[in-house]
Amino acid sequence: MTHHHATIPSRPSLARRQFIKGATALASAPFWRNTATARTAPPTRSPDLPRFFTSDEFRFIERASECILPHDENGPGAQELGVAHFIDQQMQTPYGHGELWYRKPPFVSGPPELGYQLPYTPRQLYRNGIYSLTQQCLRHYHAPFHQLPQDTQQLVLSHLETGALALEDIPGPTFFEQLRSNTLEGAFSDPIYGGNRDMKGWIMMGFPGARADFMDWINQNGAPYPFGPVSISPSLSMTVRE
Amino acid sequence: MAKELTEAGLSVTILERGEDRHTAETGAYPNSIDELRGSVRKRLFQKLSRNSLTIRNRIDQTALPYRQLAAFLPGEGVGGAGLHWSGCHFRVMPDDLRLRSATIERYGKKFIPDDMTLQDFDVTYDELEPFFDKAEKVFGTSGEAHMVQGKPTGNGNVFAPNRSSPFPLPPMEDTFSAAQFRAATQELGYHPYSMPAANASRPYTNPYGCQMGPCNFCGYCSGYDCFLYSKASPNINILPALRRDPGFTLVPQAQVLRITLDQSKKRATGAVYVDLNDHHEKTISADLVILGAFQLYNVHLMLLSGIGTPYDPHTNTGTIGRNFFYQTITTSRFWLPKNRYTNQFVGAGGAGVAIDDFNQPDFDRGPHGFIGGSPLWVNQAGVKPIAAASAGGGKGRPRWGAQYKSDMIETYKHSLSVDAHGSNMTYRDVYLDLDPTWTNAYDQPLLRMTFTWKDNDVRMNRYVVDQLKPIARAMGATRTELNMLDYNQPFDSRLYQTTHLGGGAIMGSNPRTSALNRYLQSWDVPNVFVIGANAFPHGLGYNPTGLLAALAYWSAHHIRTTYLKSPGPLVPS
Ligand SMILES: Cc1cc2nc3c(=O)[nH]c(=O)nc-3n(C[C@H](O)[C@H](O)[C@H](O)COP(=O)(O)OP(=O)(O)OC[C@H]3O[C@@H](n4cnc5c(N)ncnc54)[C@H](O)[C@@H]3O)c2cc1C
Ligand code: SF4
Repeated sequence: MTHHHATIPSRPSLARRQFIKGATALASAPFWRNTATARTAPPTRSPDLPRFFTSDEFRFIERASECILPHDENGPGAQELGVAHFIDQQMQTPYGHGELWYRKPPFVSGPPELGYQLPYTPRQLYRNGIYSLTQQCLRHYHAPFHQLPQDTQQLVLSHLETGALALEDIPGPTFFEQLRSNTLEGAFSDPIYGGNRDMKGWIMMGFPGARADFMDWINQNGAPYPFGPVSISPSLSMTVRE
Repeated sequence: MAKELTEAGLSVTILERGEDRHTAETGAYPNSIDELRGSVRKRLFQKLSRNSLTIRNRIDQTALPYRQLAAFLPGEGVGGAGLHWSGCHFRVMPDDLRLRSATIERYGKKFIPDDMTLQDFDVTYDELEPFFDKAEKVFGTSGEAHMVQGKPTGNGNVFAPNRSSPFPLPPMEDTFSAAQFRAATQELGYHPYSMPAANASRPYTNPYGCQMGPCNFCGYCSGYDCFLYSKASPNINILPALRRDPGFTLVPQAQVLRITLDQSKKRATGAVYVDLNDHHEKTISADLVILGAFQLYNVHLMLLSGIGTPYDPHTNTGTIGRNFFYQTITTSRFWLPKNRYTNQFVGAGGAGVAIDDFNQPDFDRGPHGFIGGSPLWVNQAGVKPIAAASAGGGKGRPRWGAQYKSDMIETYKHSLSVDAHGSNMTYRDVYLDLDPTWTNAYDQPLLRMTFTWKDNDVRMNRYVVDQLKPIARAMGATRTELNMLDYNQPFDSRLYQTTHLGGGAIMGSNPRTSALNRYLQSWDVPNVFVIGANAFPHGLGYNPTGLLAALAYWSAHHIRTTYLKSPGPLVPS
């Protein structure tokens, strides 16, 4: 399986000019321009090699996220949008290390309404969860998840979603929701985070990204908004018309 | 409050646990409008790693820590939740301030369920009116009046009480979705009105000389800091003036651990805080202490400091932690035909169209058997793509896979949502106290919340949501999803609802059943005033901040005119 790595034309000056044009045309406040040009350089594009996940773990993320958001007639799926790279990069952040959560012991399990109570950070959830899932796939299907036919992959994921399958002490739904949330974040967050490649996730949903000026579009009597998205990063912005 | 007290010539220090925030830096376009960093990774909200609370539904359960922000999103950093609120800026229905009395007058005492601890506010709308007026002028609130100085003046909410002056700014325009709701509810004989919004519909300069620019419906109010200086916040509407005042000091990164009391326990002497820059404990002394740490943390600090007696639900004694409540909210969804785009990313936090027909006092609750009420509104505040993708295609639809994807995209493009944003009453076994097990980063016990929904409020929500059926038909909805609370469904801390928590240190006329007098002054330690929705004795159909701000100005007025002249209890106990 090859990983499709989209390259973005690196023509920051041109892209920036287009972006600014878009912004001034729509803006109602002059300080937009200054802040837009004062942007620091965008982070470098995701390297091909994952930094947190092992290559087998990465294949799992690629295949599982594609099941959650598959390529179809509506547009690209998770793989084309770079979701696995996005998740890999998120694992390097304070979020990945669990620093956004209250993590003091004791860890006591309780009814689901009282929320997440495991001691694991997102990194640990993925590492432990994928390990256990791989063992179970090998036992039942004699192959790791990423080598299973797509309908079997879907079956495994639905067993996780409903709780029919647990990953040792990680309940299936906990792992599934972690994966689903991160997949959707990767597909629909600003491309500066490595997913939503070429803003194709936003184009698919009809979301105009960081335009943030709808003075003329408060009520256009049900007409679709006509302009394509822009990114927070001028160099990743391409004004696209749908 | 700090502005009022520096105006009175006092030297005022604010201790804020979070970082300092200036719109021109931390709130600047385009970095501030980043959904992942903003509402998903919770850039502006409370840092749970340092301080959280525990939650349980019933007294016989073990409360467990709120480890991930979800149901509610307290603020942290200069501006607090007032920086990342939406801006729905309401007054109050006069009878809601005397709900117990009004209920008994109309329906008799038996109408109040046995376990409901319903109490009046002990302040009237007429007393508060000048302070609602003042708050709206400071916030630059956009809206349309109905009655000004006893004369009908505009096309505003027919159920809204009299005002001394019109709104400072004209109402926000209707989004397409809100316009559909206005037309449908009008046709059905209801009374739609433009929601009062602390989003500026025009350029505005407030009485402090602070300036606002017109809102462009960018859709990044709720959970964000407005880069256009259009949404009212302490950072935009008050601090620019206050920071220039030589009598004012702001100390960010100062986590207050407790208010210090003298030996009599009847006088506060100052506060102990951790300076998060060097992690040293420091002391500050003060003649007057104002708690303004948000509802939850006002109650927490009172419990940690020994101000007043903790509430005990078994003996029904004590006041700190008593009458805790939340806000009922359920969001229903209507799908319009595929040639109509709702462009849900367009919106402003406070803008929208509402009806109060099921929230106003004359609506007869008798046949339905509930106390309280709920406005219905289309408040399209700007739906971002990660949130829309997470919500998907509606209840009962697949949550992933090809069908999910089609449903989700259609839902984002062609649907709109309607909220039933209603009251929540108070009950003997719903309260706040200190947790016996878990602690914060400073080894203090966490606050413990014992909370669930009760039948009265579920019944109210279900009745009101049911009224959406004809409205959906009148709007030409091709599919309708009505969402309502279920009986016996416990409060779920994993789902965002609102950050409208209230009560726990309430105002009232009797020191045995209230923590504060009608001026928000502690009955027990009279040089402590406590400002927040903690003062409300029960929940309202409206969002809390408008009433909270009016009460703050009311309290400040009485501190300035009476307390400072002769410090001591403003009401004899
Ligand atoms: C996403 C969102 C949308 C909202 N929308 C609306 C709306 O449309 N309409 C409405 O009426 N309300 C809304 N609210 C609620 C509104 O934000 C609050 O009612 C309001 O901000 C409360 O004001 P406050 O001054 O009591 O507390 P806050 O604004 O939260 O300020 C309290 C401050 O105290 C600090 N603090 C707490 N504990 C300590 C301590 N121990 N030491 C030092 N500092 C401490 C906090 O860090 C915080 O900065 C919304 C809230 C959220 C989160
Ligand atoms: S919608 Fe208006 S008030 Fe809200 S953040 Fe955008 S510009 Fe500011």
